Amino acid sequence: MAALTEEQSMLKDQASAWATEQAPVQKFREMRDSGAAEGFTPATWESMVDMGWTGILIPEAYGGSDLGYLTFGVVLEQLGRQLTASPLFASALVGASAVILGGSDGQKQQLLPKVVDGSEILTLAVDDGPRHAPAAIAMKAERTGDGFSLSGTKHFVVEGMTATTLIVAARTGGASGSMDGLSLFLVPGDAPGLSRARLATVDSRGYANVTFDGVSVGADALLGEADQGGVLLDAVLDRARAGLGAEMLGTAAQAFDMTLEYLKTREQFGRVIGSFQALGHRAAGLFTQMELARSCAEAALQAIDADTDDVAQMCSLSKARVGDFLHEMSNQLIQIHGGIGMTDEFDAGFYLKRARVLEALYGNQAFHRDRYARLLGF
Amino acid sequence: MHMSDDLNAFREEARQWIGENFPESLKGKGIGMEESGEDLGADLDRWRERLAARGWGAPTWPVEYGGGGLSQSQARAINQELVAAGAFNHIPMITGMGITMVGPTLLDYGTDDQKARHLPGIASGEIRWCLGLSEPNAGSDLASLSTKAVDAGDHFVLNGQKIWTSGANISQWCGAVVRTDPNKPKRDGISFVMLPMDQEGVETRPIRLIAGASPFCETFFNDAIAEKRDLLGPLNEGWTVVKRLLQHERQSQTGSGMASSGAKPTPIQELAKGYVGTDADGALADADLRTRITRHLMDAKAHGLTIARITAEAKGNVEVSAAASILKNSATIVAQTKAELTLELMGAQGLGWEGEAFTDQELGTVREWLGGKAMSIYGGSFEVQNNIISKNILGLPETTQKG
Ligand SMILES: Cc1cc2nc3c(=O)[nH]c(=O)nc-3n(C[C@H](O)[C@H](O)[C@H](O)COP(=O)(O)OP(=O)(O)OC[C@H]3O[C@@H](n4cnc5c(N)ncnc54)[C@H](O)[C@@H]3O)c2cc1C
Repeated sequence: MAALTEEQSMLKDQASAWATEQAPVQKFREMRDSGAAEGFTPATWESMVDMGWTGILIPEAYGGSDLGYLTFGVVLEQLGRQLTASPLFASALVGASAVILGGSDGQKQQLLPKVVDGSEILTLAVDDGPRHAPAAIAMKAERTGDGFSLSGTKHFVVEGMTATTLIVAARTGGASGSMDGLSLFLVPGDAPGLSRARLATVDSRGYANVTFDGVSVGADALLGEADQGGVLLDAVLDRARAGLGAEMLGTAAQAFDMTLEYLKTREQFGRVIGSFQALGHRAAGLFTQMELARSCAEAALQAIDADTDDVAQMCSLSKARVGDFLHEMSNQLIQIHGGIGMTDEFDAGFYLKRARVLEALYGNQAFHRDRYARLLGF
Repeated sequence: MHMSDDLNAFREEARQWIGENFPESLKGKGIGMEESGEDLGADLDRWRERLAARGWGAPTWPVEYGGGGLSQSQARAINQELVAAGAFNHIPMITGMGITMVGPTLLDYGTDDQKARHLPGIASGEIRWCLGLSEPNAGSDLASLSTKAVDAGDHFVLNGQKIWTSGANISQWCGAVVRTDPNKPKRDGISFVMLPMDQEGVETRPIRLIAGASPFCETFFNDAIAEKRDLLGPLNEGWTVVKRLLQHERQSQTGSGMASSGAKPTPIQELAKGYVGTDADGALADADLRTRITRHLMDAKAHGLTIARITAEAKGNVEVSAAASILKNSATIVAQTKAELTLELMGAQGLGWEGEAFTDQELGTVREWLGGKAMSIYGGSFEVQNNIISKNILGLPETTQKG
């Protein structure tokens, strides 16, 4: 852990205790087995709101505590460990970031206090297709007299079934392939012409493909300036990626701990399997990767808090580097558990399935390596 | 608050002192381990004297032993200011194992007399030390060493062979592990002695390595003499001393050490663009190489961030940390991968051995690539570090047979 402030340490302990006692993987399993369309347990979400986590990023003037991204990351890491499902990330981190960075005073007044009290669930609707490619957005927002008309489909929208307001990236100018000419819109979830198709995904959470069939919004729905949304979108996505870095780190760290425990207890050939050097070295390698990944995850969050000029680089570094570790760790979690790792009754499968979704969200490792190289000028 | 104000003032002072004292002619230069110790230019020697007078050759050592009496954070600040000025502290390099390993171990286990006799010469950069640990049949399993030391009153008489002794032929002193009681279990009969290299009973023979001529030697002790007052730590408890020494060694190989060169290398991606070219988008023309360079740059960044994080978590006190094994392996991967990629991006120009057809940089890359293979062998091999991580950090059972 980074050298945490006292407040951050307390929050970490609170989140860790709450997640393991109140929202452990077992709860997630029950939710999955019930087939809940939301993809989370409403009572779990309410507790998070009560604990004030929805306000971590939000300025005090709008009812939040303004503690910053590293603090949010501390909480997300603990939730990632238990695979605790909720709209916290989509709404209080991604959505809130968009409104804080791009919103007018009026938009902030209208939305942020409701993000804090949980009565609004925000989400970002970005990709037109199955692969993350913000520059490739083709979905149009046509200008109509006093507003815009949106048509197209957004794929794999996080918390797409429960979001009350969607932040939609659409093209008001420029051509697909460029970040220029994009605009962001605040679209109410009950707008006429908006429909959601639930996606049953491998990680059992609440995603939807959301279709906009001539959805009309007023000029006041515009978040930031028209045609200039690319810069804002990039900034919001980077905050999302840094948040995912923290969550992925938690998920992978838990997978590591489960694996290490098994290495120390499972016996074959008359000795614990962790005494076989092949496995001892694998564990040492994974631990080394985990330490390196942690540094990247924390540095990205700290860069955002300090508003350094390498935020984009650091966020891509975090997403790619933690993603690589989570990928390997989730595979080794299964492998080192042997047959038991393949059973649904054991939790390993939940981690593996969640891992691949987290890796893909807002750009997989390949996306971020390419972006990192581009940012470094090659 | 106060602390960082003080540190900023110190940093300012350091910057000014470097500006006034670092010879302009040395700016951006560096010295390689091979050339060092011999043929130092007059400016280099003057710079050494100035660093030494200030105690900055070994900034964290006590002032009474020639150090600077400074904190880790102050030492880091000096280092950063040296780098920023294109300057360097070459004393660690020209003292062989003196600053990084022998000195810190002397501070931990030495008597006042030993510290007073040995530390100042190291801190001033005048005495070079080598280490006689490995033997032909005692490498990773160092405790199986067989060089013998027999008690002869006020001194020991040493007989046996050491190997891979870095800089043995150019060092004035040697720290050696020797067997003082052959009847005890192997780790219990070992002692750590210090002896001058300039004596009849010591013979060194340089070994030619894959990177060419080298200062790595076979060292033969034929009735070599080590004074009793130069026994470091108690008799037959040398294993404890050498374990600490090896911890200091790992620490020095984590990539967090002092600036040893003022040269600013061209970033590998820029070098690659020069040799490989770019496509219409400005991306490196070889997509596969581009991905691998990106992975390497991310690894390097992650490594640097990890050093910074561990330092911050330890509140500046990372003398000997459990993380050293992790950092040593990570530093090794970063350095070896960088060398491989640099060689590859140069194409045929990265395959030269000597001659006019190749630039100095190209030839240097080749030698560095070859020399760098040692990183995962010395200081506890890559595999041995993984043994340490799995046993000491992760608490897994011993994977190596006890002996
Ligand atoms: C450039 C260079 C400089 C050096 N400088 C010095 C010096 O100044 N002074 C000095 O005393 N020594 C020095 N050494 C020696 C160095 O410390 C040894 O080479 C090292 O300890 C390894 O020993 P070895 O070469 O005998 O290899 P071995 O120990 O024989 O190892 C051979 C292979 O087996 C593996 N192996 C060994 N044990 C295990 C195990 N338990 N589990 C898994 N794998 C294992 C190793 O990782 C390695 O891959 C230097 C070496 C080099 C290359």
